[in-house]
Amino acid sequence: MAILGLGLNILTGFTGILNLGVAAFMAVGAYSYAILTCDIYPFQLGFWSATGLTILVGLTVGLLLGLPTIRLRGDYLAIVTLGFGEIVQDVLKNLDVITKGTQGINPLPAPTLLGYAFRGEQYRPWYFLFLGFLALLVLLNRNLQRSRIGRAWIAIREDELAASCMGVSTMKMKLVAFALGAAQCSLAGALWASFLGSSGEPGNYDFQVSIMGVCIVIVGGMGNIAGVLLGALVVAGFNSIVLENLTSFLKAHQIISSSNVFTVPGNWKYMLFGLALILMMRFKPEGLLPSRQVKAELHPHEPA
Amino acid sequence: MSGWEVFLQQLIIGLSNGMIIALIALGYTMVYGIIELINFAHGDLFTLGCFCALTLVGALGLQHAPSVVVLLAIVPLFCGGLNWLVDRLAYRHLRQSTRLAPLVSAIGVSFVLMNIALLWGGVPMDVFGMGKAAAAPKDFPVLVSNDNLLGDSAVQLTPKDLMVLSVTLPLMVALTWFVKRTRAGKAMRAVAQDRVAAQLMGINVDRVIGQTFSIGGALAGVASVVFALYNNSIYFQMGYRAGMDAFTAAVLGGIGSLPGAVVGGLFIGFARAFCDQYIATRWTNVMVFAILILVLVFRPSGLLGAKHREKV
Repeated sequence: MAILGLGLNILTGFTGILNLGVAAFMAVGAYSYAILTCDIYPFQLGFWSATGLTILVGLTVGLLLGLPTIRLRGDYLAIVTLGFGEIVQDVLKNLDVITKGTQGINPLPAPTLLGYAFRGEQYRPWYFLFLGFLALLVLLNRNLQRSRIGRAWIAIREDELAASCMGVSTMKMKLVAFALGAAQCSLAGALWASFLGSSGEPGNYDFQVSIMGVCIVIVGGMGNIAGVLLGALVVAGFNSIVLENLTSFLKAHQIISSSNVFTVPGNWKYMLFGLALILMMRFKPEGLLPSRQVKAELHPHEPA
Repeated sequence: MSGWEVFLQQLIIGLSNGMIIALIALGYTMVYGIIELINFAHGDLFTLGCFCALTLVGALGLQHAPSVVVLLAIVPLFCGGLNWLVDRLAYRHLRQSTRLAPLVSAIGVSFVLMNIALLWGGVPMDVFGMGKAAAAPKDFPVLVSNDNLLGDSAVQLTPKDLMVLSVTLPLMVALTWFVKRTRAGKAMRAVAQDRVAAQLMGINVDRVIGQTFSIGGALAGVASVVFALYNNSIYFQMGYRAGMDAFTAAVLGGIGSLPGAVVGGLFIGFARAFCDQYIATRWTNVMVFAILILVLVFRPSGLLGAKHREKV
């Protein structure tokens, strides 16, 4: 989740591009990882080489989609990414010769590290594996943000015209951001698939997943890595801890029955996410943990 | 059925669905024209219109074709009012902020409305199957008959098709008249052209924008009644699909242009019908999105839209 958020942060947070198709890039990652590792295909690579290749695939797909569309204005680009997300889902569903349609590709072999095999039922090793990836990405993103490219991105977010007048090649920089964001999302997809032991089915990568990604970035704070991590924590935590426990608590006390739609907390989930987006935009557009620059921009009259 | 009859049949289906898409697209295009917001929640407003219509059918025990008039009177009021309210609560505060803020907010509204529809489906009424299986599609009773007006011909032309045309066409004419000829329409065009200048001329900009949302919402309300009567099945996530079709139509015709939305709507209606028939139903959505992306990339101003330069 956090990795997905970070990938999106590069785009939205740094350059101000809204990507509504992150789920599609995640799907690209998950499926290419599955195709590279699963024993019904000719490749059967190991975890590490497959993950590496998946990142390359994500990068390429991001470049291919970005090349013609990156010059569009912000809201149009958002719609293109949304359309791309829908196309990917339908293509995965329809090309069942390759993707096994709604069944998804499985089972996938467990990854190994230094002779140690990860298995689905033991959560702790997975946790540290993902934490390792996350730490690596945080470092990478932090360095990117402070590099020449990162400064160019922020200049584009603040004022695209001014940035291009200052000699920033806006198209090139936006494209780099787009492709890197796509690569990180597909990495998230590959890790997710390796954890599940399955590519998942196309329906797992629908619009609502993309919106969760947007939620993470908006709630946490655009343009700030720590903010995105917090956002991921809040959203994922709410999803899998608060909701789960609430549901089982209510079930245990027989307050709810699954036949009555109003009493199942899961049915209120997306309404809450929607409300969160509206309220954040209205009252705290810079997020819970804003980066200093964004905050200064949105509240020009308060002392920073 | 001969090849020609198949073709003619798809033409009729495409025309009816295209007119419905056009009505929704008009709502998109009007809002975009005036505040440059892609109103993401418009499709879900349409969904709620359908649920409102089904509730009325259940509550009032409507059974016959003339009762359609009742639906056409109440549902647009509901949708128009709701759209006005959404603008008042969610978007109005964001007029001065960056362009992405209202878009994100609109996505939020879309999710809220969609889930209201989900919960609405759980209302214990007969028409909703006593509220069990809220997420399942609901049957909408056949109020307008499905008989073939052409007798024994293989091509079906039903009273439903005529109903769609007789509701949508006059509405489009009336809308054009309203925007072109009335004082309120003039104010609307002025605000769309230059908000600050319009304000300086003494136009109450917020009120005009509110009116635009109400009218766009009312059009979605009419579309939802017509859609429910035509397709006889409603579903809480249907607005997403319908909204994307309509948005594609609006972009294809040139967003901000009223005739463009109608042309685009018909185009998408025909394209869907022919793709269903001659390619495969499962690729139809892919095709619509491909059209959307291609138009955005190669001709962002659409078929009938004017080229306009980014203001600095």
